[in-house]
Amino acid sequence: MTDSKAVSIRNLEFAWPDSPVLLDIASFELKRGERLFLRGPSGSGKSTLLGLIAGVLEPQAGHVEVLGEDMAALPGSKRDRLRADCLGVIFQMFNLVPYLSVVQNVTLPCRFSAGRREAVGGHPVEEAKRLLARLGLTDANLLERSVTELSVGQQQRVAVARALIGGPQLLIADEPTSALDADARDRFIELLNEEASRSGAALLFVSHDGALASHFDRGVDLAEINQARAMT
Amino acid sequence: MTGILGLAWRSLMNRRGSALLTILAVALSVALFLGVDKARNGARAGFDNTIAGTDLIVGAPTGQINLLLYSVFRLGNATAEISWDTYQDVAARDDIAWTVPVSLGDSHRGFRVMGTDQSYFEHYKYGDGQPLRVVEGERFADIYEAVIGAAVARELGYGIGSEIVLTHGLGAGGLTDHENRPFIVKAVLAPTGTPVDQTIHIPLEGMTAIHVGWESGTKNPMADTITEEMIRSFDLTPKSITAVFVGLERRGTILSTQRALNTRPGEPLLAIIPGVALGELWQVTSVVERALIAVSIFVIAVGLVSVLTSILTSLNERRREMSILRATGARPGHIFFLMVAEAGLLGFIGAVTGIVLVQVGLILLGPVLASSYGVQLSGLGLSLTDLWTLLAVTGAALLIGVVPAITALRRSLADGLTVKL
Ligand SMILES: Nc1ncnc2c1ncn2[C@@H]1O[C@H](COP(=O)(O)OP(=O)(O)OP(=O)(O)O)[C@@H](O)[C@H]1O
Ligand SMILES: [Mg+2]
Repeated sequence: MTDSKAVSIRNLEFAWPDSPVLLDIASFELKRGERLFLRGPSGSGKSTLLGLIAGVLEPQAGHVEVLGEDMAALPGSKRDRLRADCLGVIFQMFNLVPYLSVVQNVTLPCRFSAGRREAVGGHPVEEAKRLLARLGLTDANLLERSVTELSVGQQQRVAVARALIGGPQLLIADEPTSALDADARDRFIELLNEEASRSGAALLFVSHDGALASHFDRGVDLAEINQARAMT
Repeated sequence: MTGILGLAWRSLMNRRGSALLTILAVALSVALFLGVDKARNGARAGFDNTIAGTDLIVGAPTGQINLLLYSVFRLGNATAEISWDTYQDVAARDDIAWTVPVSLGDSHRGFRVMGTDQSYFEHYKYGDGQPLRVVEGERFADIYEAVIGAAVARELGYGIGSEIVLTHGLGAGGLTDHENRPFIVKAVLAPTGTPVDQTIHIPLEGMTAIHVGWESGTKNPMADTITEEMIRSFDLTPKSITAVFVGLERRGTILSTQRALNTRPGEPLLAIIPGVALGELWQVTSVVERALIAVSIFVIAVGLVSVLTSILTSLNERRREMSILRATGARPGHIFFLMVAEAGLLGFIGAVTGIVLVQVGLILLGPVLASSYGVQLSGLGLSLTDLWTLLAVTGAALLIGVVPAITALRRSLADGLTVKL
């Protein structure tokens, strides 16, 4: 992988079925190891864009390159493998599978990706505990507890550990702090930034709250790069 | 894929309540199906086991199933009897090695009373040729003595020396009792798992003796004035008997002897081959059996539909879970396999539970079934049928799982990465 870009988008067009064009992006880039803040109001298509980058959605036109691979050109199974191997995803909330313990949630990507299983030396549980400890979750009995018994802030940190396990090269976070209060939010973003730079992963952080931009290397407004007239 | 199987298991455990109900529905339907199947096999084996070594059964003309049922299984009543003289003619035939005369009609507290002679204990065989065995006492030697089956002894608490007052016909007792002369129990037979266990055996002469004064069918007012000495002085050879068990000199003549008896001049007779009559009985019952099996297969189908319902209804609350799995690297195949595995697990656990239920039921109820109905339990343990049922139900559940699998797949593709409630 000689390509220096984590994400590169050219002439992308996307519309949900029976809807007007939502995204029309001439060019967008995220360098490897870069931490980027993407801002946009609710309904502007931020989550949709992340779905396109993750290869879960397919654009009607244009190219989405992730870590040097053109998502649209890849067959479905390769795209799935790329996501499983190289992508860490954090959602706004409800990140966790309710019937799995904290540790089982963190090791989930290792179930689906042989690459990430190898990256942790075949010991996902130990790696999960190490990551959780780095994120301030050490209490042994908390780790075996059902995830539904955690606070929202704790759940989000578990989600970060899951996104980080196996060292994926691209982290995408879809408003992961919207359910946290200001203090917890700032601490969470610092933690995320720190872990991202430690593992060398690129971070694409999406939020409607422009005030968070100062935490990142660079900030981009979705409205600036999107030529489609999004309706909200 | 074992990782996904683990997920499927945890997801089911997370919905323990509804999963258990679904498993119960499958288990009960499988238990019903296997129960019907085993009841059928047990009943057949029990019937097939009841008579062995008897080549022909001879009685007054009636249906062959009817003659078999009342002479061997004590079910129903003879509509006509054959005369003693005719019996003597039959017994004297050259191709016939032995005969056992039996006379049925009276009862004692719900158990049938059968008049016969010593030859019965020599020649009546059951199972694969076992003879009757006396566990306690000796066979009857006097007219007022009785030999009782194992179930009679156990259920009525009778032993050697107990007194038995016979009831005329199958009445409940009271006015129709032959109370003037009770019978003394002389021997108890070993359990056989056949209707012999429910039978009280008395000598033919005893049968005649208690019916002195009852020639009209009800008690003659003068009957009580007849003393035992007077009775003993009478000729107590019966005028007629109900049926004759026949053993041949050579089994090869079975068809010609049967034809000769059925077409003989004089009093008309019906001679049947027990195995053939049983075969005809199974043909009659197989219609009912097939209907029962069909119904229980439908019940299994209902059980499987509950698997489908349980998973489909869970899908709505699991939309979020599917997106998370997709985002963490699950391929569509993983989601598909997860759904199918959950359905398969429900079917498999349900079927295993059903099989266990039936086996536990057999252990708990088996002894009662064996002693009261002569059901043979030996062949009813785990069988190939259980295995096939397990495989078929699990397979069908896996197939059914394709429906929610496709739904979940389609949704998770349409939802993209957005986690929805
Ligand atoms: N699965 C879907 N099917 C159809 N339309 C969708 C789907 N998901 C989103 N949309 C539409 O796409 C538009 C953008 O949605 P999206 O979720 O990308 O916005 P967003 O910028 O992430 O908003 P928010 O800040 O509220 O999360 C909305 O108008 C929404 O109605
Ligand atoms: Mg969004």
